[in-house]
This record gives sequence, C-alpha cells and structure tokens, in this order.
Amino acid sequence: MKEKIRIASGQGFWGDLIDAPYNQVFRGEIDYLVMDYLAEVTMSILQKQKNKNPEFGYARDIPELMKRILPECKKRNIKIITNGGGVNPISCANAVLDIAKKLNINNLKVAVILGDDILNRIEEIISSGCYLNNMETNEPITIIKDKILSANVYFGAFPIVEALKQGADIVITGRTTDTGLTLAPMIYEFGWNKTNYDLLAAGTVAGHILECGAQASGGNFLGDWKSVPNMADIGFPIAEAYPNGEVIITKHENTGGRVSFETVSEQLLYEIGDPKNYITPDCIADFTSIKLEDLGNDRVRVYDVKGFPETEFYKVSCSYSDGFSASATLTYSWPEALTKAKSADEILRKRLENLNLQFEEIRTEFVGYNACHGPLAKQLDENDINEITLRIAVRSKDYYSVERFGKEIAPLILTGPPSVTGFAGGRPKPSEVVAYWPALIPKKLVQHQVKIFEV
Amino acid sequence: MKKIKLIDIAHGRSGDKGDAANIGIIAYDFDGYKILEKCLTADLVKKHFDGICLGKVERFELPNLRALNFVLHNTLGGGGTVSLKLDAQGKTLAAALLRMELEIE
Repeated sequence: MKEKIRIASGQGFWGDLIDAPYNQVFRGEIDYLVMDYLAEVTMSILQKQKNKNPEFGYARDIPELMKRILPECKKRNIKIITNGGGVNPISCANAVLDIAKKLNINNLKVAVILGDDILNRIEEIISSGCYLNNMETNEPITIIKDKILSANVYFGAFPIVEALKQGADIVITGRTTDTGLTLAPMIYEFGWNKTNYDLLAAGTVAGHILECGAQASGGNFLGDWKSVPNMADIGFPIAEAYPNGEVIITKHENTGGRVSFETVSEQLLYEIGDPKNYITPDCIADFTSIKLEDLGNDRVRVYDVKGFPETEFYKVSCSYSDGFSASATLTYSWPEALTKAKSADEILRKRLENLNLQFEEIRTEFVGYNACHGPLAKQLDENDINEITLRIAVRSKDYYSVERFGKEIAPLILTGPPSVTGFAGGRPKPSEVVAYWPALIPKKLVQHQVKIFEV
Repeated sequence: MKKIKLIDIAHGRSGDKGDAANIGIIAYDFDGYKILEKCLTADLVKKHFDGICLGKVERFELPNLRALNFVLHNTLGGGGTVSLKLDAQGKTLAAALLRMELEIE
C-alpha cells in the first residue's frame, strides 16, 4: 500500500481554466488528476448536442487536453478520472483512444462507466412502481414526462474503484458525484471497504474541497482576498491523502493563490444544506465533525471526519424543457442615470402590455445600483450616479412573446430617454428554459457497468 | 448595547441549491464565533433578506469550522436557468449578509 497519494483537481466546471490540468501534471508531483465537468445544466446541453450528432454529448475539451498531457501521464503513471463523459462516455473514450494512437501510446486502458443515463428507461421505471417524485414538490414525474431532456443517476466512487482495479489508466464516467471522483482513488489505493464510513466520509470531504477547483485555493475568496498572491497564476488544489483518512489540502509550489483555514473553510461551506447529513451514494458525511489545522505554507490538515451508512437510494437529476427566456441590457449615463433607466423600463413594459404579450415574469434590475443586493442596496443620490445598466429579463411558455420582447429593446434608443448606449450583438434571442426535476430511485433499479477499451 | 459590523468579524461563501440559497458565515476567530452563535439567529437573517428570501430560513452550527450555515428557501427566483435574476445562483448573497450590523452586549 502506498503511504500517501496526491490527488489533483484539474477543473471545477466545464469552462474552467484550460491550462489548469496541464499545470497540475507538469508543475509538481501528483498521482491522480480528477476533473469535474458537469453542472446540472451541462447534462441537458450535452444531451442536445448528442441529439444533433450521436458522436457528441461529452466535454469536447478532453481530447485537446489529452494531446497535451497523455504522454507525460503515461510516463509518470498519473491516472486520470473525469465525469466529462457526460451523456456519451463511450464516444469520449474513443476520442481519447484516437489521440493515444496518434501519439503512439501503447498499453493504455481507458475505462468507461455506464448505466447512469436513464433517459430511455423512464417508462420502464415508472411501470415498476417508482414514480420519481420531485423531491421538493412530491409530484410524480408523469406530469413532465414528455418534456424531459436528460435523466441521470448520480453514481458514487465504487464504479470508478472497479475500473481502477481492472487496471484503468483513465476513467471516464457520465453523471458521477463530484466527490466520488476524489474518493475513488483513496478507496482503491488504501483498500478501504464499503463499511469504513469514517474513511469514506473523509474522502468525500476531500472531494468536496476539490470539486470547485481553485475556489479552495484562493479564488472567489470573500475573506482577505486582496492579500491572495499572484491570482493570475493560481494553483489548483491538491489533496494529499493518507490511509487513515487524514488529508492535507495543498497546491504546487511556486503557484499563486492560497490554501489556508479561511480558503478551505469557505469551500467546505459551499452549496451545503444540513451539514450533519451530507448525503452521497457512498456514505453520509457529518461536516460538523470536520477538523481543520492550518499548517502554514499553503497546507491545511483535514481530519477526524465522521461518516454514516449510505442510503438505499441514488439521486436522479432530470432536466426538462419549460418555456423560453431572454434578457437585454441598455446603459444610461449621468445626469439622472437611474431616473432614465427607470423611465425606459416603464416605457418598455407599457409597450409589451399594449402588444398583449404573455409573460410568466418580467424582471427589471438596475446594474450598478441594486441588481445583486436588491432592497439591501444603499440609497444613492440618483442625480449623481455616473451610469446605470438597465437589465430586463422575461420568461414565457410562448416563444413568440419572448422573441417579440427581443425586438422591442433597440428601439428604446431612439424612442426613449437620452444618453443611452450599450446595445450590441443584435436582438436578444429566446433561449430554452431548462428546469430541474430532482428525484430518488432505489439503488436496486439501477446497475452500473464498467467497460475497458485498450490500445 | 454595542454594535459591530458582521464584515469585521466574519467572511463566507454562498451558492445555490435549486431555488434555495445557502450562505456559510465563518468567524475569523473563536470569540467571533461565540458572537455569531449567540446573535446571528435565523430570524435576524430572515428579516435582513426581507423581499429577497420569500421562504423560511434554516440555521445550522459548525463550531469546529467557527461557522454557521444558513439555508434560505424560495430565494433565487426559481433557480437554475428558470431564474431571471442576474445573480440566479446567489453568489453575492454572502456579501449581502455581511452588510448586517449585530447588537452585542
């Protein structure tokens, strides 16, 4: 057994710094590179891409990245784990294997995890008596059945562990929990079993710290953010994991950013509910048990984490089409910038009303004044503000209403209040509103499969 | 009674969970946490976000991290891509909470 492993976070979301995984590989020692590409909205986008082209539906940054890092990873035996397979992990694996062949890399095993995509199984699952009731409203999924765009089960770490046991150098999954990507190599390397709940929780906590990339190492840090050094060259976080479940969060030397009690604790609090019940497919982690020790030099020790048995359910995330929306902005300058923006808003609303358009919601925000903090914004002297950006957004089930809204923005420049600018890029186009349907499914209704491809 | 600014004793981070937002508030030291634990109640947070948070506010304590976690239900205008808000994910709400002043003895 290794005495420790270093697991590096390479992406916090699809669209994160392109060079981050490259830097994790080339600027220091690591054993695993883990990359989270999937947000809830990403799955529906990928499903739409796959509908247009059956070869698509995965994070297409991955093949480009592999060209740059695969020879080095193979040479140093760095294993790569990612959920960037999206709704088409097999095509993603094929693309990676093509790259490997072109680079004359041999003896490469790429594993794919399948079974999370239940889009084509909804009818069958309903007829088995599982109505995939919405976790928030308790309504059965039948009411949106015809509008579903994607439906995926969140798998945990264990399917990835199976792939690693079969010798995979690269593991490509569909919808796997972000935390499972980091937990899996710890289970595999240290031989943790399925009932070592404290250890599983420790790895889960490490995964939560790593899953948003540099948000744990000085990015989006609301503490003393101005003192964070060299954010231009920010180092992404690395979990140095030990067999007893202790983890040291750090980053490569000579990179920017900061790993401290403050930066790590902010990430631990990110997007959590009841901290005693952090539920994953692998275990329930108690975030109130977590202890942090700032060791200095960008090293924070995470220890004493307590865990409890997993539930009998997987979480399911369905996305469905729920109408259309569009937003537009116009910028008004001094004098009376805010008064002008408010007047333009009134004029536009009157025109929309006169056109008898149908909207579920029209939302106006004054950027530079109250868009972020609403009623909490301090009262400003309306005459003295330099400029205000008027932002109006609409949502409707009716495509025509949203499209017509887009045609009513530019005319405000010549038919509304003065000193207005900032209309560029043409008429705002309606975009499809994708709504979420969170549900639970008994684990026994879903089977994962591990497939290995080799060159 | 003495007033202190929350931003002087704590930092934090916020994000989305569907239409709910969560705000983690972390004290810079343990004395600060004692103040948070005693004074920063769910009711106060609910009042602070009057007009923004339309549902209930839940509070959870994480003393090891010197932190409180608040879950603000019905806050993000529908959440996800349904929301028309500029800040549809509640990313700036932690900063909004740090605007608060607390009365301490």
